[in-house]
Amino acid sequence: MIVTNDKRYTIGILVQNVPGVLARIVGLFSGRGYNIETVTAAETNEKGLTRLTIVTSGDERVLSQIVKQLNKLVNVIKVFDFSETEFVDREMALIKVRAEQQTRAEVLRIVDIFRAKVVDVSPHFYTLEVTGNEGKLAAIVELLDQIGIAEIARTGKAALARSKK
Amino acid sequence: MKLKGAQIFFECLKKEGVEVVFGFPGGAVLDIYHEMAAHNIRHILVRHEQGAAHMADGYARASGRVGVCLVTSGPGATNTVTGIATAYMDSVPMVVFTGQVPTPLIGDDAFQEVDIMGITRPCTKHSYLVRDVKDLAPAIKEAFYLARTGRPGPILVDLPKDVIQAQTDFKYPKKVDLPGYRPTVEAHAGQVRKACELLAKAKSPVIFAGGGIIISEASEELTRFARLIQAPVTCSLLGLGGYPATTDSGDGQRRPDPLWLGMPGMHGAYQANMAISHADVIFAIGVRFDDRVTGKISTFAPKAKIVHVDIDPTSISKNVEVDVPIVGDCRNALEQCLEFFEKAPIEGISEARTPWLDQVARWKKDHPLTYCPSEELIKPQFVIEKLHEIAGRDAIITTEVGQHQMWTAQFYQFDRPRTLLTSGGLGTMGYGFPAAIGAQVAFPDKLVIDIAGDGSIQMNIQELCTAVCNNIPVKVVIINNTYLGLPRQWQELFYEKNYTGSCMEGSPDFVKLAEAYGAVGLRAERPEQVESVLRQGLAIQGPVFMEFMVATEENVYPIVPPGKSLTEMLLTQL
Ligand SMILES: Cc1ncc(C[n+]2csc(CCOP(=O)(O)OP(=O)(O)O)c2C)c(N)n1
Ligand SMILES: [Mg+2]
Repeated sequence: MIVTNDKRYTIGILVQNVPGVLARIVGLFSGRGYNIETVTAAETNEKGLTRLTIVTSGDERVLSQIVKQLNKLVNVIKVFDFSETEFVDREMALIKVRAEQQTRAEVLRIVDIFRAKVVDVSPHFYTLEVTGNEGKLAAIVELLDQIGIAEIARTGKAALARSKK
Repeated sequence: MKLKGAQIFFECLKKEGVEVVFGFPGGAVLDIYHEMAAHNIRHILVRHEQGAAHMADGYARASGRVGVCLVTSGPGATNTVTGIATAYMDSVPMVVFTGQVPTPLIGDDAFQEVDIMGITRPCTKHSYLVRDVKDLAPAIKEAFYLARTGRPGPILVDLPKDVIQAQTDFKYPKKVDLPGYRPTVEAHAGQVRKACELLAKAKSPVIFAGGGIIISEASEELTRFARLIQAPVTCSLLGLGGYPATTDSGDGQRRPDPLWLGMPGMHGAYQANMAISHADVIFAIGVRFDDRVTGKISTFAPKAKIVHVDIDPTSISKNVEVDVPIVGDCRNALEQCLEFFEKAPIEGISEARTPWLDQVARWKKDHPLTYCPSEELIKPQFVIEKLHEIAGRDAIITTEVGQHQMWTAQFYQFDRPRTLLTSGGLGTMGYGFPAAIGAQVAFPDKLVIDIAGDGSIQMNIQELCTAVCNNIPVKVVIINNTYLGLPRQWQELFYEKNYTGSCMEGSPDFVKLAEAYGAVGLRAERPEQVESVLRQGLAIQGPVFMEFMVATEENVYPIVPPGKSLTEMLLTQL
């Protein structure tokens, strides 16, 4: 592949929660050849409104097309291009890690350091819940991987713009 | 009072001022057909649903009103897809109603069930699956509103059978509730000023106008503007007619307009491509810089600062880097530009512009659009020139797709908006004939002519029956070169003359075929018959096929070979 100026971008999308709206958004990405790295979607406090957070990659031209194309969808109320604003983002992961006699203490130590939680326990496994930004999740995954991750489920990023001071 | 969904359907159409529906029935929409007779709406029964979609499209492009078609579920719906995609690419306002299986059966692979919303999502501006009869009127209201506002486009409304059978109180909503839909109509004054300042300083400006001019009814403004700032004008295929190709020279004669460059791009006029390539400012309006226009993108308009006006922000800086983006309605932007220059006319404009206009005139003179006339063979370009001579500037011309389409764009002088209807974006063979029928329904008294190829006409030829049965007097000029000419030309130039798959020998006798349908068929085989066949055919009251047996291996020139720059046009046969 040729060298590109691809960067990762986080986009927030506020949409009307009507049937097919997710298909329209995801279809737009696949139909026009844009990447989706992660996508999260859930209702907001306002009735009928859903917020999505999509992490995508591409060059600036692609990002600007994505934002404009999303805005063009009739059910899209607002698009937040976080490349232009400060934002906070978090992701949650459930990680099922091997927790035998000799590794349990180490797992718990990691849980402690990362302020994770043990949400399920079985004779051979602990399931951890951990929330954080990308860096934090990457770090804990790397550590736990050495002990033995059996399964992992990540939510993908949710993001909001920082409020103005 | 409670009404059935099917009745509400017609009440809504009436509220929207719909006078005609192009349709084809089937089980899922029989409730609607059952109500049809009681409502004063004209129904044109087509012979294939693709025809219905193109007719609605032709009706819309010719009139500016929303075209409507109605088809059944499953195959009826899928048959419209090419028509929907054609309309989507060319921003045509259209509402397509499809029948659907009853809501409890949706998802069960019921008989004639298809997820038409899913299939058409990428080629509709928006779509609705109406799940409750209470939502029917608001959906239809929104569909028409979306179809015709902003950048127009096709809207699909999927109607499950139980929904059109159910009853509810009918009230047509006064307003639409679309919080996510706010097209920018008013062009940003500051951006317009920037654009005008650029133009005021320009030495070699070019106006490049497209379909947006036609859609926003801005031809008059465009014409005034071009003349005011003395900038030559080139129009994309969809923009032809947006600026008059000819002008009244005072003696009752019409001559080529001095600012008119012709169409740019792959088969564009020499002077149009040269002007773009030498321009210092390009004022692009209502265009989207299709690759057929730009040629090799990295060398497109290398010297120019580009102003780009379009109502669709996604069109701007998509294919070419734009220096002054202006989001807004083309007419609105032009009105503001006119105001700017009427207040602050460019001093000494005519002298200042002389060198540039002289240069353009030299290009025109050195390499005009021409062809080699013949006394033995009918040249396709000759047929189109003659047709223009006889049918004139008021006729509505539609085309199919191929060489004949390009010759039409080059040799028919379009002076008025909405007189050329052609599938530009999708390039749909089979578009022109049904589109002509739709246009003729919108304008029963106008001369409406489809310029067709021998290949394309066979793609929707069944609609001749529709024309005959409904007394729709469209004329079809078949440019018969016994080839799929455009692919053949490419094979000749770029694929070692390997003509696999492009020979159309064995086509039916179009004269007899016309007669079999109950229409008139005429044929010209020699140049001297061309005029008389045209005169005779155009004078007939009903639908007519006029077949012209033309030189078989004539090519369209100029041609910018694929991947080449606009200045690398081949001008004639090598
Ligand atoms: C539906 C469809 N299929 C294929 C093509 C590709 N194509 C473009 S032009 C052309 C040939 C058209 O032949 P004809 O109608 O005879 O026109 P001519 O070029 O000979 O004037 C073809 C096959 C197309 N544009 N549309
Ligand atoms: Mg042909």
